[in-house]
Amino acid sequence: MSGALTAVPPGRRPLRDSTAPAASLYHARQPALHVRWRGRIGERLNQTNHNAIGNATGKDRALGEPVSLSALRVKLLRFATLQLGDPHLAEDAVQEALLGALNNLRSFRGEAALHTWVFSILKNKIADQLRQRARRPEIGETVIGDDLDETISIFDDRGRWHEPNRPVRWAEPESAVIDHQFWRVFEACLENLPRQQARLFMMREFVQLDTEEICQALAIKPGNLNVALHRARLKLRACLEHHWFVAGEAAC
Amino acid sequence: MLTCRRVTELLSEAQEHPLSLRDRAALRMHMMMCDGCRNFERQMDMLRKISRSYVPTANSPSEEDPQPK
Repeated sequence: MSGALTAVPPGRRPLRDSTAPAASLYHARQPALHVRWRGRIGERLNQTNHNAIGNATGKDRALGEPVSLSALRVKLLRFATLQLGDPHLAEDAVQEALLGALNNLRSFRGEAALHTWVFSILKNKIADQLRQRARRPEIGETVIGDDLDETISIFDDRGRWHEPNRPVRWAEPESAVIDHQFWRVFEACLENLPRQQARLFMMREFVQLDTEEICQALAIKPGNLNVALHRARLKLRACLEHHWFVAGEAAC
Repeated sequence: MLTCRRVTELLSEAQEHPLSLRDRAALRMHMMMCDGCRNFERQMDMLRKISRSYVPTANSPSEEDPQPK
């Protein structure tokens, strides 16, 4: 196990150059979940790496270039579709957010500022949409009533942490959010949650609807929402720890 | 005595609404002895802060491959 830890290249980017070290690290620490997750997280990270390389080597990524905006658009659309549960509404919301940005292109210094701006506009549009929906709620209990508890392997049968899953102190959590690579890991971890869990988690934490608003918009019971959020938090926490925070600590 | 599993449920719920005095007392008792759950509690706040500052990663190529010199 210590071999796997030291094999992670320095510079806090265990998932960047190859998914192999990260996968084996994960395997070493969390055998039970690994079986279920490895395939998907590996695939997902490979995809993002390919995209990143494709974009990084092109010369055509100056602010406002079509390539840049279309890649952003895909990302936004995916997020909006997950949150709204309706591709057409998502399309409209993304279109409006992007149009707003296009009209103000000159006022952005660099892509990061543009992305942040567009995404926050989109976030507000999603929040409005969902709040309006309270009168004609959408999914109902069945979607969440998923009786398979995927978090079961995190604890032993007496409800204590399985040793490899016991949370450890995170190294420099503040600096993670300004690291582009961290967001890759975050997205990959999010993608590994069951879809509705990821949706509810981001609805709560990113779009920042409160639990009552979510329950109304989606016609679910607070108890079920709490279960879904608990599972999402458990798994997201574990994934970030295994793929970022602990790996980073080993490199320092 | 709370189990770690139950503690994580309560700590997750604490992100949604204030817990009862009784629950909070039981949590404190447990966390005096359990470093895993203490870390978990801190990380729930971090997870919230992190998620709120999320920006999608499509094309932030300026940060891609900083050349080490």
